[in-house]
Amino acid sequence: MTTILETAGLSRTFRLPRTGLGSSRAERHALVDMNLTINAGDRLGVVGESGSGKTTLMKLLLALDTPTAGSVAFRGERLPLADMARFRRAVQVVFQDPRSSLNPRMSIADIVREPLECLGIDGNHDERIDDVLEAVGLGAAMRTRYPHELSGGQRQRVAIARALAPRPEVLIADEPVSALDVLVRDEILDLLQGLTTSLGLTLIMVSHDLSVIARLCDTVIVMQDGVAVERGRTADVFSRPSHPFTMNLIAAVPRLPGS
Amino acid sequence: MSLLEVRDLVVMFGDKRVVDGISFDLEAGSRLGIIGESGSGKTLTTLAIMGLLPDTATVSGSIRFEGQELLERTDAQLSSLRGNRMGMVFQEPLTSLNPLMRVGKQIAMPLKIHRGMPIKEGLAVALQLCETVGLPDPERIIRSYPHQLSGGQRQRIGLAIALACDPVLLIADEPTTALDVTVQKEVLKLMNDLVASRGSSLIFVSHDLPVIATMTESVLVMNTGAIVEHAKVGELFANPRHDYSKKLIATAQHADALFTTFRAGTS
Amino acid sequence: MKLNRTLLMGLALVGFTLVLAVLSFVWTPYDPLAMDPELSITKPSPEHLLGTDVFGRDVLSNIIVGARSTLTVAFFAVLISMTLGVLVGVGTAISPKWAQTPAIFGIDIVLALPSVLFAIVLAAVYGPSTLTAIIAIGVALSAAVGQVTRRETNAVLQADYVMAATSSGAGKGRIVRRHVLPNIRASLFVQASGAIAVAILAESTLSYLGLGTLPPTPSWGRMLAESQQYLIVDPILALWPGLVIVIAVLGFNLTGDGLRESLDPTLRRSES
Repeated sequence: MTTILETAGLSRTFRLPRTGLGSSRAERHALVDMNLTINAGDRLGVVGESGSGKTTLMKLLLALDTPTAGSVAFRGERLPLADMARFRRAVQVVFQDPRSSLNPRMSIADIVREPLECLGIDGNHDERIDDVLEAVGLGAAMRTRYPHELSGGQRQRVAIARALAPRPEVLIADEPVSALDVLVRDEILDLLQGLTTSLGLTLIMVSHDLSVIARLCDTVIVMQDGVAVERGRTADVFSRPSHPFTMNLIAAVPRLPGS
Repeated sequence: MSLLEVRDLVVMFGDKRVVDGISFDLEAGSRLGIIGESGSGKTLTTLAIMGLLPDTATVSGSIRFEGQELLERTDAQLSSLRGNRMGMVFQEPLTSLNPLMRVGKQIAMPLKIHRGMPIKEGLAVALQLCETVGLPDPERIIRSYPHQLSGGQRQRIGLAIALACDPVLLIADEPTTALDVTVQKEVLKLMNDLVASRGSSLIFVSHDLPVIATMTESVLVMNTGAIVEHAKVGELFANPRHDYSKKLIATAQHADALFTTFRAGTS
Repeated sequence: MKLNRTLLMGLALVGFTLVLAVLSFVWTPYDPLAMDPELSITKPSPEHLLGTDVFGRDVLSNIIVGARSTLTVAFFAVLISMTLGVLVGVGTAISPKWAQTPAIFGIDIVLALPSVLFAIVLAAVYGPSTLTAIIAIGVALSAAVGQVTRRETNAVLQADYVMAATSSGAGKGRIVRRHVLPNIRASLFVQASGAIAVAILAESTLSYLGLGTLPPTPSWGRMLAESQQYLIVDPILALWPGLVIVIAVLGFNLTGDGLRESLDPTLRRSES
């Protein structure tokens, strides 16, 4: 079992702006002492409400933020690596809001091309762009279109294509379907599931939506106020939760009548 | 005579029909859900009822509320209904409250406008309303500004404002979509209790089928501006007729099934 | 880019001033510098459509050539202010936190100083000229441009697509080139047109105070200044330079407003 990503004592504290002239700056502990091991092939769900620290954790795992304490290691090497391009080729991300995760002024082809250019990927870029657009269910005809011409679901597919372009090993998805219509969510989740399997990806899915996590993730970690309060196999945690917060979370999911 | 009678309502932006001739009735004391995706016209329908459509929209058809034809009323006449006989709760608790006004005063506002109640008295009523909507420490809350409160608290304030003048019709447009799921559960229960205890009518708009199923008795399913199905909740689940409804139900049941197996272990 | 009434009005007025400036190279009714003491301060007549000034110079010719210097100063001053402003604004936004506070403070200080002050300092050292006016106005305006650009850049830097670009391996340079600049472009156009309007007024003021274009080169501002002394004798003398200044400033302001109207809603409307 290869460990791809590992965190040790990972913490992130934010200092808030001063509220008065003499007052000291309050601190917000967004993430506290997180120890996490992610092995190749894992499908991990990170569950929590707003303010739970799940987004902070995600950013730290992606090296989009620096920890206040502790470390993140990629294949045993502490971040930041001397060659960050190697890390970024391997660990990619899909963001939540398809309206803001694509540069409105770039064509779809250019959007997908960006990682290929910046990370020094060999081979014919145009071919790779076409391949990856097909893999997400968009035709090569999409290349010349712009984000505002696409629907939310289509834009999210472009975001996934961009993430897959450099052939990553790890895909981190931050609420990838929360901003989409209910029926479209299904399609995108199916797509993610299929791609994760066929490409042998390690998946980290951050979400507040338990059914999304339940569908795609084998293991789950439940976060509250920056701390992991429960973790384990999804089936176990959701059917026999031990922490009161997890129990509340599950009990709060609206159920259909007669269930 | 039903409390609300909508006939052939059409809303157009330019030559684009975004609400394509819909008709439905709402009896007093009943609860109607409207479900659909973005672009289905569900929000515009509620805005049309409240008379809050932008100037660029053209409306035709008929909306009769308590026997009066709303589409013939001037904005001033509609203003006397809004916040008074009709209350509306919006999706975004942060943007639907005035950021620069203390929430107590915002609750007292409709009372001042429609009942001529001086603000001081209104604040006393606001205190009571805060208790009714389950806010702890109402004294502190009414003096707070919206940004000092959590999302759930703000949405309760939104409810308090909507209910201040005891409306006969409460319209809620995705009121819990922006809230965490645990908070959602509480706010929905609150709405349920309040509507039941006051005997008001409810129109609940959402894209979330399980939420609609728990909050309403009958459902309008909207797709691209039209009502594709109108049935009681039970009937809808038992016999969905339109393709779109079937897909919605299948998706919801799929997600729900995951929890049935999980739920076996919990209380 | 959609044309709207405001934009058309603005462009028409601007066009008018440009025509005057271009015309000045080709033809003027009289040599603007030619004096004729006998015709001192005459009312508009068939020979001199706008009358003559105290030295008997044809007002119309001076107005036409004045357009040249006013627009030249305004153009180059705005060029300086936009370049400097964008450099400072974007640069500040992408610098590390510790460098930002002094930079912002610096911008605020320059913002507080009027261009007149810069012009006076430059004039004191180098003697007043068109060049010192250009530099003074350029530097003074760059602060406002810098401030707005910094805010706009920050807004873009917060966007998810910039985070995505970082994840894709893009460095700061690339992010500025491919993400920041294209997305603040619209705002820059609008700022530039507004800045030209301000620059024209500033040039007129400096010229009026004797800190800009030197006599005998015609300048609207100076014409306004000179006519001041003769207000009782011939108030119409002040009307003409005042009128063209208003036309130019209004034109650029309307163009800026019109651009803002047509560039932003297009972006918003086309997003589904």
